[in-house]
Amino acid sequence: MAREVSTGRKAVVTAIAWGIGLLIFFPILWTVLTSFKTEGEAINPHPSFLFFDWTLENYHTVNERSDYLGHFWNSVVIALGSTLLGLLIAIPAAWSMAFVPGKRTKDLLMWMLSTKMMPAVGVLVPIYLLARDTGLLDSKTGLVIVLTLVNLPIIVWMLYTYFKEIPGEILEAARMDGASLGAEILYVLTPMAVPGIASTLLLNVILAWNESFWTLNLTAANSAPLTAFIASYSSPEGLFYAKLSAASTMAIAPILILGWFSQKQLVRGLTFGAVK
Amino acid sequence: MGEIVLSQVKKSFGGISIIQGIDLTIEDGEFVVFVGPSGCGKSTLLRLIAGLEDTSSGTIAIDGRDATRLPPARRGLAMVFQSYALYPHMTVGKNIAFPLRMAGMPKEEQERKVEAAAKVLNLTPYLDRRPSQLSGGQRQRVAIGRAIVREPSAFLFDEPLSNLDAALRVSMRQEISELHQSLKTTMVYVTHDQVEAMTMADKIVVLNAGRIEQVGSPLELYKTPANLFVAGFIGSPKMNFIEGAEAAKHAAHTLGVRPEHVDIAADGPWKGVVGISEHLGSDTFLKVQVEGIGPLTVRAGGEVRLRHGDPVSLAPQTGKLHRFDAAGKTIAA
Amino acid sequence: MATQASRTASRLMLSPAVVLLFLWMIVPLGMTVYFSFLRFNLLMPGTEEFTGFENYLYFFTDPAFWPALVNTLTLVLGVLVITVLGGVGLAVLLDQPMWGQGIVRILVIAPFLVMPSVSALVWKNMLMNPVNGLFAAAARGLGLEPFDFFAEAPLASIITIVAWQWLPFATLILLTALQSLDREQMEAAEMDGAGPFWRFLHLTVPHLMRAITVVVLIQTIFLLSVFAEILVTTNGGPGTASTTLTFLVYMQSMLQFDVGLGSAGGIVAVILANIVAIFLMRMIGKNLET
Repeated sequence: MAREVSTGRKAVVTAIAWGIGLLIFFPILWTVLTSFKTEGEAINPHPSFLFFDWTLENYHTVNERSDYLGHFWNSVVIALGSTLLGLLIAIPAAWSMAFVPGKRTKDLLMWMLSTKMMPAVGVLVPIYLLARDTGLLDSKTGLVIVLTLVNLPIIVWMLYTYFKEIPGEILEAARMDGASLGAEILYVLTPMAVPGIASTLLLNVILAWNESFWTLNLTAANSAPLTAFIASYSSPEGLFYAKLSAASTMAIAPILILGWFSQKQLVRGLTFGAVK
Repeated sequence: MGEIVLSQVKKSFGGISIIQGIDLTIEDGEFVVFVGPSGCGKSTLLRLIAGLEDTSSGTIAIDGRDATRLPPARRGLAMVFQSYALYPHMTVGKNIAFPLRMAGMPKEEQERKVEAAAKVLNLTPYLDRRPSQLSGGQRQRVAIGRAIVREPSAFLFDEPLSNLDAALRVSMRQEISELHQSLKTTMVYVTHDQVEAMTMADKIVVLNAGRIEQVGSPLELYKTPANLFVAGFIGSPKMNFIEGAEAAKHAAHTLGVRPEHVDIAADGPWKGVVGISEHLGSDTFLKVQVEGIGPLTVRAGGEVRLRHGDPVSLAPQTGKLHRFDAAGKTIAA
Repeated sequence: MATQASRTASRLMLSPAVVLLFLWMIVPLGMTVYFSFLRFNLLMPGTEEFTGFENYLYFFTDPAFWPALVNTLTLVLGVLVITVLGGVGLAVLLDQPMWGQGIVRILVIAPFLVMPSVSALVWKNMLMNPVNGLFAAAARGLGLEPFDFFAEAPLASIITIVAWQWLPFATLILLTALQSLDREQMEAAEMDGAGPFWRFLHLTVPHLMRAITVVVLIQTIFLLSVFAEILVTTNGGPGTASTTLTFLVYMQSMLQFDVGLGSAGGIVAVILANIVAIFLMRMIGKNLET
């Protein structure tokens, strides 16, 4: 039972929490606001918070200067493609580890996680050369493969923790009812694990969307996703703040909205189910 | 058809022996109950019959056919689990139809069978609901429905009533018994509750530490337990065990007497003092501290008005005493 | 607890993931080890030759090596300390009754969803720029000299940006853990006369240990490979002031095209990560049991 708290105390807590929340959010808010300013207004030494001439001009300019939709599409393909491919490989693996655990299951999970600990930079050169020699450099296919492998341990681990919560008796019941292994996974396990699979999907789309090491090092013009699109704005100085803001807003908006709508699944996914 | 024959079935997990060589024949149409304390291997034995676990050695034959290596789906058995194990994402109707769908039965025939089963189990109004919207007893019936539509050669029940409250347990117990009467199909039922075993079984198998202690009808086990373990396990309240001088008088290491076989008699040989008394209305259970013997539980009539500290004399009914040797085996009368 | 048949099936279903990850680990790593023993420059193809440990010698004696190692550890530890302490504080705050809790949570989550290159750009240009940045404007407004963050305190600035990105993660996980705290236990302690501070120290903190372990583990994995934030802001400079191992290897192999040297650096980075990983796994193994 939650206890009654005095209104005064609640007001103070509310004020502090909102203050800190807005402070943390401020860089993003400021970027969004700046994206609607003129370039002159953007570098005004006495910046105005809300009372400036709102304009959409920056968004037009950014779209003219660079192919936002093209990069956006690359991001979607890479993030979704690598996540779906990862799920396809990880669901059977997680089924095995959750429902037919052996003595080495724990070790296997730890080993998978440890591949995630290997610094990407340690294998940058070989991957770069392999991609170059197989013609996968600067291709969406290449990035989908690399990001699938990069995030596979996390996908397996997350699914494993979700599957662990499904009582094994239900799968045994399916087996008694005459379901083959495929039917058991397709008709019983997967539908029951939909919330878990959804939050795994979500977290990995976000991770893949924001992944910046491989996407920056393995792409050039053709398959560059939004991470690379935004990096191309890193050189211009002062006069381009408003355009930079518009580009940034467009790069982060899709994932920000997706993340906000699915907060609950996100939190659950983030902890690998280790914290409830 | 539903005869199950186990020969020298053994099972061990990682070097620990759970089932230590079981020979047992379950006749077609019989209601057999496996009973024993937790950890005695009764659930494991059921899962071996189901095919959810492999035997380490020995064979399991169903209807004369060796089924030891068959996968669960091909043994022609149906199982009702302790947690009911209903598919939470399917409606009641879909749950019951699942085994038929897996068998590739045509849609119309599936529906007909589901409706027939629902009618028998009073589930017709709930066919479109999800398991989460049902009460415990209803869920139990759905699990049974899913088992009966397959028309299996035998039903396996794994402690199916342990998640229900006391009143519901009694009525579901009767429903399952009635189902057995009408279907005449073999049923193998696992429980740790000796009352369930006594009330439902044609044949009780008492298991302890992976071995069969005794097999027999409920009354056989009650009247002629083969050993101390069975004597103590069957019957409620438990049989009193007396050791020492009093047992020696009867040429036994241990003497057993059930609470219902001790009378309050003014000239009784056992003198004692009443401790706690439990008044149930129909009966009164007395804990009596008897001189030279120790505490005894005694069943007396409902009207007995003895209180804490009252002196009392007791007389065991002759011919109802059980004698056991030092190894716990019953000494034949 | 299963049959032979299901164990066989299980092995079959497990193998694609295991085989792929094994290849992903062993093939490039093997190549990196091999390259690290070669004189191998992409600008001079065909001149590869075996040089033994020469690359390692160069890498260790590179004046940027020690600073990079120290910078890497400073970055990881700095961000961990800030986010764990800040995260506990924020989580306790957000766990109190208040109005609009959902909205505050949305505000706090946001930085985690922003891609690293964007957050680096925003902080670099719009907030920390000594001429046009908001901080500079604020400083001038207070009559102070604007501070050139990336010139004067490059590593601290990067730590700030990265900590801002990861604070939401720590907060969310710790908040989730807090909400599962046993209220009755708290009330029992209160009945026993324990003050709020004692309760925080002896009940809340131990309860949060598992969540803190998760935060440290997951963040370390990602922090060891922080890259875009450095690339976008300082490019490792000035000098080597904000060069990490990851960035040093990137520069050697992708900018100077010295694959041999870069590979040797990569192997060193892998060994370092393994040392960290062994510590972490020990800790996690203990805390994640049950």
